[in-house]
Amino acid sequence: MPLISVKDAAFAYDGQIVLSKVSFDVNPGDYLCVVGENGSGKSTLMKGLLGLVKPVKGSITLADGLNRDEIGYLPQQNLTQRDFPASVREVVESGIRSRSLFLTREDKERADAMMGLMEIGQLKHRSFMELSGGQRQRVLLARALCATKKLLLLDEPTAGLDPVVARDLYKTIQKINQENGIAIIMISHDVHTAAQYATHMLHLRQTPLFYGKPDEYLSTYHGQCFAGGVCCV
Amino acid sequence: MFELLNEMLSYTFIQRAMIVGSIVSLAAALLGVSLVLKRYSMIGDGLSHVGFGALAIAMALGWAPLAFTVPVVIIAALLLLRLSESSKIKGDAAIGMIATAALAIGVTVISLTRSANADVSGYLFGSILVISKDEVTLSLILGGAVLILFVLFYRRIFTVTFDEAFAKATGLNTGLYNTLIAVLTAVTIVLGMRLMGAMLISSLVIFPALTAMRLHKRFLSVTLTAAIVSLVSFLIGIILSYLFSTPAGASVVLVNAAFFLVFSLIARIRNRS
Repeated sequence: MPLISVKDAAFAYDGQIVLSKVSFDVNPGDYLCVVGENGSGKSTLMKGLLGLVKPVKGSITLADGLNRDEIGYLPQQNLTQRDFPASVREVVESGIRSRSLFLTREDKERADAMMGLMEIGQLKHRSFMELSGGQRQRVLLARALCATKKLLLLDEPTAGLDPVVARDLYKTIQKINQENGIAIIMISHDVHTAAQYATHMLHLRQTPLFYGKPDEYLSTYHGQCFAGGVCCV
Repeated sequence: MFELLNEMLSYTFIQRAMIVGSIVSLAAALLGVSLVLKRYSMIGDGLSHVGFGALAIAMALGWAPLAFTVPVVIIAALLLLRLSESSKIKGDAAIGMIATAALAIGVTVISLTRSANADVSGYLFGSILVISKDEVTLSLILGGAVLILFVLFYRRIFTVTFDEAFAKATGLNTGLYNTLIAVLTAVTIVLGMRLMGAMLISSLVIFPALTAMRLHKRFLSVTLTAAIVSLVSFLIGIILSYLFSTPAGASVVLVNAAFFLVFSLIARIRNRS
């Protein structure tokens, strides 16, 4: 059974359809990369998957046993966080969703484990605002992992990072996907690299232009234009 | 020192001011960290103006001041929060608009009634003499509630303050926590307004958080430092006000400003070495 199943979904703002006819399934262990130009509906789809906007048509169904609050999320980078006084540990622990008001010993161990997985254990007591861009993304990924055991949504995780740091981050995401079996849905501008790691590609322009395997995608007309950086109609 | 405190505390009005002021300083500092980081610090200022207007009306009509002002300011807080979230009117402009309108209402009402106890300057800049016994009780209850709620929801307040998008996406009711912060701020502002003055109360929200952030880079240490700095500033301010017969509210604000300068200086020296 798919973790998340989207059937003929359409989304609208103020009665204006911005994204329609979207259908896909994400199964455990999948790695779906969503690409498209600005305004193509990528962020709207992300909001739909997170349950922040409802589809006006069609449906988004979560697997039995997958609650809304069990989806990990890495938002687009936020400028105000750069001068926010918080330690790495405080940020990572804020990903833990528990009904109790205070953290249990298990919660803290989980946070430690996720920091280990993201290779930021040694930064635990550092301040979030003193970190580099790549380190910050790893902290936020560890936070997202605290919230989920099954599915991670990533919104342009490598935006603004230099190529070497971005590549390392992609490798870490691949490791989470393959070794920990966590399904990934990622929005990205970086088509070439994304296609290298993803198991599925979805290209949007108000409606899906392509949905399938990455190698097929790179050989299609849309894939070639978009990956080549030249946009053809 | 002890003699001085003993002497001060022999006056009932100073006892009351000490109790109410300490609670308000603590609550304002705790909430202030979140408000300043969310770029909402001017909400405190806006609410104090609304409080001034409401207080003037309550006094003119002979109603219980707190019982009328607290609900009015809570409603204003919810309204300001709603306005800041909708993009039609920008948050800062909305605050400016509501604040000045409320101020105008207050001044008009006071001048129309011209009752003996309606002293505009007392409202605007605070007075240490006006706190009644009932107000002390109410301050203890409401202020205590603010402190307890803050401690209980500390973890969620951090999550929502740090990253609203993430909090919302992972199923936290961010609207509820924003409302909680706004309501607690409204209550704190009203409780502190008569002592500190409508024009000065928002400094208790802004100064301690900014002072603590000069030296601390973790949320918990910022929060604790802000609370301590706020409480100590208040107590020093009251003592100075007693010794030099200066207005209590203004004295407290000046001590807060002094702490800010000292912390900034230490931060600068520390960065250089």
